[in-house]
Amino acid sequence: MTEPKTARRVAIVGGNRIPFARSNGAYATASNSEMLSAALEGLVERYGLEGKKLGEVAAGAVLKHARDFSMTREVVLGSRLDRATPAVDITQACGTGLQASIYIANKIALGQIDAGIAGGVDTTSDAPLAVGDKLRKKLVAVNQARTGGDRVKALLKIRPGDIGLDIPANREARTGLSMGDHQAITGKEWGITREAQDELTVASHQRLAAAYERGFFDDLMTPFGGLERDNNLRPDSSLEKLAKLRPVFGGPEGTMTAANSTPLSDGASTVLLASEEWAKEQGLPILAYLVDAQTEGVSYVEGEEGLLMAPAYAVPKLLERNGLSFDDIDLFEIHEAFASQVLSTLKAWEDPTFNRTKLGRDTPLGAIDRAKLNVNGGSLAAAHPFAATGGRIVASLAKELHQRGSGRGLISICAAGGIGVTAIVEAA
Amino acid sequence: MSDTYLKFANSFLGKQVAPKLGLPQPPVLKRYVPGQKAVDGAVLVGQAAGGRLAGAIAATLKSADAQVWTAEGPLRDAAGEADLAPKIYAADTAGDQRFQALVFDATGIAHPDELQALHAFFKPVARKLRPSGRLIVLGTPPESLTAGARVSQRALEGFTRSAGKELGKGATSNLVYVAEGAEDQIESTLRFFLSPKSAFVSGQVVRIGVGSSKASAAKVDWEKPLAGKVALVTGASRGIGEAIAETLARDGAHVVGLDIEPLADDLKTVTDRIGGSAITLDVTAEDAPKQLAEQLKKEHGGVDIVVHNAGITRDKRLANMKPEVWDQVIAVNLIAPDRITYALLQGKVLNTGGRVIGVASIAGIAGNNGQTNYATSKAGVIGLVDAFADDIAKAGGTINAVAPGFIETQMTAAIPLGIREAGRRLSSLGQGGLPVDVAETIAWYASAGSGAVQGNVVRVCGQSLIGA
Repeated sequence: MTEPKTARRVAIVGGNRIPFARSNGAYATASNSEMLSAALEGLVERYGLEGKKLGEVAAGAVLKHARDFSMTREVVLGSRLDRATPAVDITQACGTGLQASIYIANKIALGQIDAGIAGGVDTTSDAPLAVGDKLRKKLVAVNQARTGGDRVKALLKIRPGDIGLDIPANREARTGLSMGDHQAITGKEWGITREAQDELTVASHQRLAAAYERGFFDDLMTPFGGLERDNNLRPDSSLEKLAKLRPVFGGPEGTMTAANSTPLSDGASTVLLASEEWAKEQGLPILAYLVDAQTEGVSYVEGEEGLLMAPAYAVPKLLERNGLSFDDIDLFEIHEAFASQVLSTLKAWEDPTFNRTKLGRDTPLGAIDRAKLNVNGGSLAAAHPFAATGGRIVASLAKELHQRGSGRGLISICAAGGIGVTAIVEAA
Repeated sequence: MSDTYLKFANSFLGKQVAPKLGLPQPPVLKRYVPGQKAVDGAVLVGQAAGGRLAGAIAATLKSADAQVWTAEGPLRDAAGEADLAPKIYAADTAGDQRFQALVFDATGIAHPDELQALHAFFKPVARKLRPSGRLIVLGTPPESLTAGARVSQRALEGFTRSAGKELGKGATSNLVYVAEGAEDQIESTLRFFLSPKSAFVSGQVVRIGVGSSKASAAKVDWEKPLAGKVALVTGASRGIGEAIAETLARDGAHVVGLDIEPLADDLKTVTDRIGGSAITLDVTAEDAPKQLAEQLKKEHGGVDIVVHNAGITRDKRLANMKPEVWDQVIAVNLIAPDRITYALLQGKVLNTGGRVIGVASIAGIAGNNGQTNYATSKAGVIGLVDAFADDIAKAGGTINAVAPGFIETQMTAAIPLGIREAGRRLSSLGQGGLPVDVAETIAWYASAGSGAVQGNVVRVCGQSLIGA
């Protein structure tokens, strides 16, 4: 037997994304493949990857057409990368982008590949529509018919009542509730106020706007579809304006509005990961290292735990394995699916009761200094094309750490199905 | 025996018509189904500063696997100590949240000023109770206190009784006084008042740990709290007695049913169905207590639970009442339970930790036209509780009574329509109770966990206006 190889450090070389657009707007007619291609082309351009054969490209989309079963491979074949670069489609709801990074990083760490690209894309504009089950079954029968006569007979079996569209919904299969409905319950159970959610939302917009102003995204983004910035960004967002909005989840007495929840949106992102040696050989920069990751699930089906609370369990596990506490983290990147989700998670980490009964910890993980949270804005401002968010966060955090020259960042992303994906990134 | 109007008012047509005509709209009460959780739905717990029951309430709710909500603060921290992780309640974030039960520890209230805590806790959620909801206030027995604390704790009664009249939709409101030192004994009582088992018990005041033996809390299987116990139920062949026998058997007891010779067949049908034993006996016979004591000792090695349910009515205005009619009622309803209890105690047939349960009546509290004999006998049953309390406590047992109000039985079906309708509707719950409601209350007294529930007379009357 050969000796097991020790894990290698995984370098984050850089990232590229297209601006995120609100649904049915700037990218209304763009497909997932087009958007992912645009993000990938920008990355190839920036890091001189033209004609290069990489270890693997992993990307995914939460909402995609059945015909796109091999979307990532098709995008690679259409790109300027060496066509011999293999690719894989992976999906883990809103955790897709980060999980793709973890997948590539693990292969690099194990020495299976030297470099790879992780990405994600989503569109809620060009969403796949399916026909209702009754019509689908009868159409399948039409397709199976061998003669013209049989085909006509099969077609005649279709009744007006069979015709219906199966529109993909942002809904949990087991509860019938949307993510927002679920988070409305969780936020209520954690006593999260409207004011606190609106404050977090305003901060997100202000920080993203400031990051654009300083040119932070200049080498992280490729313009697309006429956009140069995320068009959900409202630099003039204010508590007064947000206070006027009506709740969209949790009923008329709810606290969640269209502003403090992420909108449906379209966009794509990519991240280039590599071994240190490969990056050096290619003369590429190393912004940061992807150190470790943890994925957790919670059971939410009967209300045992909040749908989006899995990161609250994943983070302590991740920190413990690495011998770290919140004091050792300089930057927190918590995906803002809903302001209420972020605040529920923060409150859980501070809460002695949650720490004791759910995490088995005598001392709480503690509070997070808000000055370290989502310093360049979050999903509330940038918007959240599901699978594209992970790549946005990994690349932005790596760049921020690189600019600071030192430090450690924590990424926490909640996902549908009661999943939480988290990772630690350290400055190079 | 069925309440036709209740069915109508809850039919599709009735739901349209009754509100428009200003007719009463009695709700259908949720009742217990075996296997069900004690409380199915959110329980909001509050506490006045300085309360001493946070840990005990949390332990009960943890054991009952309840979904608990509290405000942030010491109460929630105490729940954490009990390995419970309550959801966080705040009036401005609770939104559309509804509660199945509201539980408030008022033991900390030591001055009338502090009664304000009741308003602060209950006011925001007064309309947030689900159908068949529960409001429970826990206090300290006023007689054990002095000055402002005594005044304030006594004041709690007015609050819970009024709330019971306001809540509607089948919700109940009760007050539980917990003596100092009896904190660890509240579980059986809290479970009872939280659960659908107390569907028809509202506006009541219960004392825990007053005059009881100082036994520590027993380990209880809450699905079968009477497992291994022998329970004597008199008048078990039909009506409330039949329901008592069935309920005690459901909770795991071996039931010895007793009734008079003419009802022997009915009795046997009941005891056969529940796997119990039957005794045919006239409880008023001279040697009945002795004979019963001997038979229980010989065949069952003693008895753990005694339910004096057998009772008769012979209604007549006093001016028209013959002496034998008076005597009959007193003999069955009062003298028989007195003599039997005495004989079981004397002969040490009542096992250690035994439970004696009398069946009084709302008539014994409020009086009733045409029932001087009956009301005298039933008020006397309350006297039995007082008279035997010390001796039974010394034997490690308890004695309590239920006082049924309007219960749907053959007996009440014979009441003229006008009076019957008044009996049903003139109550907070707007309907008559079912025999099982009385039986569930008796099963709570009988429970292995109710060792500190002593000397209580709890009405099972839907907070009837009569005798209030």
